Amino acid sequence: MNLKIALFGIAKEIVGQPELTVTAPEGQPVHQLLEQLRTDYPALRQLSSLAVAVNNEYAEDAQPLQERDEIALIPPVSGG
Amino acid sequence: MLTTEERQRYRRHLQLPEIGEAGQLRLKNARVLVVGAGGLGCPVLQYLAAAGVGTLGIVDADKVDMSNLQRQILYGPADVGQPKAATAAHALRQLNPLVHTEVYNCRLMLGNVRELVAQYDVVVDGSDNFPTRYLLNDACVSLGRPLVSGAIYKFEGQVSVFNYQGGPTYRCLFPQPPAASEAPNCEATGVLGVLPGLVGTAQATETLKVLLGIGEVLVGRLWMLDALSFQSRVLKFPRRPEQAAINLDTANPADYADLCGVGISTVSAVELRELLQSGHPPFLLDVREPDEFAATHLPGATLLPLATLEKGVASIPKHHPVIVYCHSGRRSTQAIDLLQNTYGFTNLQNLEGGILAWQDTAEKVA
Repeated sequence: MNLKIALFGIAKEIVGQPELTVTAPEGQPVHQLLEQLRTDYPALRQLSSLAVAVNNEYAEDAQPLQERDEIALIPPVSGG
Repeated sequence: MLTTEERQRYRRHLQLPEIGEAGQLRLKNARVLVVGAGGLGCPVLQYLAAAGVGTLGIVDADKVDMSNLQRQILYGPADVGQPKAATAAHALRQLNPLVHTEVYNCRLMLGNVRELVAQYDVVVDGSDNFPTRYLLNDACVSLGRPLVSGAIYKFEGQVSVFNYQGGPTYRCLFPQPPAASEAPNCEATGVLGVLPGLVGTAQATETLKVLLGIGEVLVGRLWMLDALSFQSRVLKFPRRPEQAAINLDTANPADYADLCGVGISTVSAVELRELLQSGHPPFLLDVREPDEFAATHLPGATLLPLATLEKGVASIPKHHPVIVYCHSGRRSTQAIDLLQNTYGFTNLQNLEGGILAWQDTAEKVA
């Protein structure tokens, strides 16, 4: 399945674009997708907090992903 | 009771059944602490003052810089070099003489956060660094205060209300405090001037809703705005009991190490002046940005901006005293933290209060 991932904050800087499409096996859990992204973009490993949203809800690591899920990677930002 | 003047001034609030005289009185009797009088703090303070929030506490240790004026709209060129907290309070008195301001010209630290937060009903986070954000969250959990949080990065903003009526906290959303290098601040990256206006007015909105007890407060939801695409989304997130339980007493002090000064040796501006005149002057390391360095720096200092510090580690002496400095002492603390913990430096000292403190002593000497 193809997954569309929206990127925010420093994650957008690391990947170099605001959106990313990746191919993953149907039902792949969130943590495996993250691992795949960290392999493709090693600088993502340095982010200690990175919230993953699936369909605008906070996703736990084990949550399985489906085609057409809207995924977003949201690191905290600190500017004021 | 509202006075005749207040009834006139707040008439458009009194007309709303959701607010009315009872609501306006709640605002009048409310005490709100705004941490950071910068990009976010300015619009938050302006709207809360205009709305008639009775007492506004303002915490900021920084001074107005010319580069702040592009977004920090309480200040003008005549204020450059003046302390932000007092300058903001002065501007708010012009805007609405009916509200009281309480000025704290200091950094929020482990040593003062409890006393400050305890005096207020609601806390607004407009700070510009992660250690302060975690410290403030933990203090609000310890003292049971709602935290109206806003944060910005370049063209993006995030807003949520933490620790309100049993809702999740900042740590439920972002459990692990990021290293300073993970999110450079506005000084290092730049920021769209109007962005903190959009985000700060959202914080002011939520603060008024909390004070009035109306509507659906942004609890367990993170509002995210990308000004470039003008898309916003709301991310729902749950309370995680383990994270929500973390407070000032149970947190790992390393989460805000540079706010309690653990393991970092400091030197005052006065002491540094003496050291520079001694026969063995220290190596001076400036970790600000090149444009700040070009504007002014300490004599003989070497520039290695914090964001690219690691590339220049080899040029920092390991066996000769090194004084690290920046604008206010915060980036230099982060630099020392990195150099000590990752590269094993043991010869570093932080210039307390940064180049601001240095300039203060220059004024005194002159």
